[in-house]
Amino acid sequence: MFETSPVQQPVQPPGQSLAGRAYLVRAGVSIGALVLLVGVIAMAAAKGETHIPLGTVLQTIANHLWQAGYDVDPIDAGIIWNYRISRAMVAAACGASLALSGAVLQALLRNSLADPYLLGISAGASTGAVSVAILGFGAGMVSLSLGAFVGALVAFGFVALLAIPAGRGAGAIILAGVAGSQLFNALTSFIVTKAATADEARGVMFWLLGNLSGVRWPDVYLALPVAVIGLLVCLWYSRALDAFTFGVESAASLGVPVRRVYVVLIAIAASMTAVMVSIVGAIGFVGLVIPHAARFFVGTRHGFLLPASALIGAVFLVAADIVSRIILDGQVLPIGVITALIGAPAFAIILCHGRVLR
Amino acid sequence: MSLELRNVGWNAGFKKIISDVSLRVTRGEFLGVIGPNGSGKTSVMSVLGGIRAPSTGQALLGDQPMKKIGRRNLARHIGFVEQQADTIDRITVRDAVALGRTPYLSLLTPWSGHDDAIVCEALASVEMGPFADRMWHTLSGGEKQRVHIARALTQQPDFLLLDEPTNHLDIHHQLGLLELVRALPVTVVAALHDLNHAAMFCDRIAMMDGGKLIALGTPEQILTSQNLRDVFGVAADIEIDDQGRCHIRYRAGSQKTGPIKKDRVA
Repeated sequence: MFETSPVQQPVQPPGQSLAGRAYLVRAGVSIGALVLLVGVIAMAAAKGETHIPLGTVLQTIANHLWQAGYDVDPIDAGIIWNYRISRAMVAAACGASLALSGAVLQALLRNSLADPYLLGISAGASTGAVSVAILGFGAGMVSLSLGAFVGALVAFGFVALLAIPAGRGAGAIILAGVAGSQLFNALTSFIVTKAATADEARGVMFWLLGNLSGVRWPDVYLALPVAVIGLLVCLWYSRALDAFTFGVESAASLGVPVRRVYVVLIAIAASMTAVMVSIVGAIGFVGLVIPHAARFFVGTRHGFLLPASALIGAVFLVAADIVSRIILDGQVLPIGVITALIGAPAFAIILCHGRVLR
Repeated sequence: MSLELRNVGWNAGFKKIISDVSLRVTRGEFLGVIGPNGSGKTSVMSVLGGIRAPSTGQALLGDQPMKKIGRRNLARHIGFVEQQADTIDRITVRDAVALGRTPYLSLLTPWSGHDDAIVCEALASVEMGPFADRMWHTLSGGEKQRVHIARALTQQPDFLLLDEPTNHLDIHHQLGLLELVRALPVTVVAALHDLNHAAMFCDRIAMMDGGKLIALGTPEQILTSQNLRDVFGVAADIEIDDQGRCHIRYRAGSQKTGPIKKDRVA
C-alpha cells in the first residue's frame, strides 16, 4: 500500500473539465448516432425504385406498431413494411454485429488489421453456400443460409483446432485464420470452376459480395436478437478488453481471466459473424474499418467504443444499402461493392483528419 | 502476507525452463533476481506474479496456493510490471494508469471518485502528475516505465514485481527509477541486469543460473569474484565501501582469459 508519496508534488485534480467534456462528446456522439440510425432506416424505407414520401413511411410504421389506423395505400404499406423496413433492420443488425466483432477481435488479438473474417468465417460460409447451391448438398432441403452457417462453423472449428496446438497466442490465431481462409477459399473456387454454370457462378459471386435482396421479417427475428445479445455480452467484458491494452500478460496481471475472455469473446464474435454472413453474404470492409472510425470519435475505451462501433456500423450499412439500390437505375449492386467504394475514401478522410488533429 | 515459491518448476512445452526454485519474499524488502540471459529470471517473476502457474511445486501468497486465491484477488495483492509493454492504442497517461483499478471494478462497483484519487496519488508517487493528460505515444521510455509502475501501484499491491525495469533507459533514468522504486512503501522484487544496481539497491539478491536458484543472500554474500566468474563468466574485483555496499569493477579482456562458459540456450 502506498499512503505517502516520496516526493510530494502538486497532485492534479482528475481533470474535471477535460474528462467532463470528453464524456459529453462521447455521449453526444452516441445519441447522435442513435438518432441517425432511426433516420437512416426511415430513409431506407422511403428510397428505392418507387419513391415513397417519408410521411407515408412514418404512418405505415405507426400503423404496424400502434395500430394508429392511418389511411395508407396497401401496396405502399406492403413495400415499406415487408420489404424495405425488414431489409433495413437486417442491414442495421448486420452492420452492428460486424463492426462489434471487428472491434473485439482487434482488441483481443492486438492487431489493427484483425476483422471478423480473419477467423475463416466468410471463407467457410462461401464454401458452405456453394456446396448447397452448386453441388446440391442437402437435396433441396437445406437453404443457402443454413449451408453457409454450417460452412462458417466448420471453418471456424478448423481454425480453432489449428490455433490451439500452434501456441494459442494472438499470432497463432491470426496465422491459423489465414491458413483456414485460404483453404476454404480454394475449395470454393474449386467447386465453382468444376461444377458451376456461368449463371450459377454469377449468382454465387453476387452472394459472396453481400446481398440483402431476399431478406424478410424472419431474418430480422434472427439477426436482431443475435446483434443485441452480442452487444450485451461484449459490453459485459468491456473492462477486460481495456485490460488487454498492454497485451495478454498485462491483462493477466490485472486479474483478467485471460483464457475465459478469449474463448467467450472469440466464440461470440464468430457466432455473430456466422449468423450475419449466412443471412446476407460476406460484406467486407465494415468489420475492419468501422471500429477504427469509431476510435477517432470516442477513443479507445471499450465501454464507449463497443456501442459506438455497433451504432456507426449499423448506420453505415443501412446507408450503403440505400446507395446500392438507387445508384444504378433498375439494378441493385452487391452491397459489399458499395461499402468498400464509399467506405475506403471516407476512411481515408477520417485518417488524414485525425492526423491533423494530433 | 508473504509471497513464497516451494520447489517450483515451470516447463514451456516439454522444455524445462526453471526447476526446484524455493524462495520466500520478506515483507518490506527489495529483493533482486539476477542471472545471465536465459537463466530463468523472467519465468521466476511470472510464476511469482501468478501469471504462470508452476508446472511442479507450489506458489503461495499468504500461505495459500495462488491457484485457490484466484486471479482477481491476486491482482489486488501483486502488481506486475513486464519488460517493455507497449500499445498502439491512443490512450492518455491517466487512462493507462486507471487500468490498474481493473481488479476492483465490476458492474456493481463502477468507477468512482475514490478511484480517481488513487490514480492521482499513484501518478504523483512516480512524479508523473503533470503528465496525466498526455498521450501515451508521446512519452519517452523512462516516462512509460514510470507510468507502468503507477498502474501497478493503483492495484494497491503488497508486492511490486518488476521484470528488468531499467532496460533501454539511459543511466540517469535507470538510477532515478530504481531510487524511486526503493522509496515506495511496498515490497519489491525486481529482475535486474546490472549487477552494480543490484548491489546498490537490493536488500537481498537471488542468483539464477541454468533455471535453478543457486544462491540467495545479501549483496556482499552473493556478489563475489568467484560467483561472477562461475555464473556470468567475467573476471571482476569487488570493493566494499565504508557504508558496507559493494561495487563491482570488471576487468577488461576478462572474457578471453576467464574460463569458457558452457553454451546456454536463451
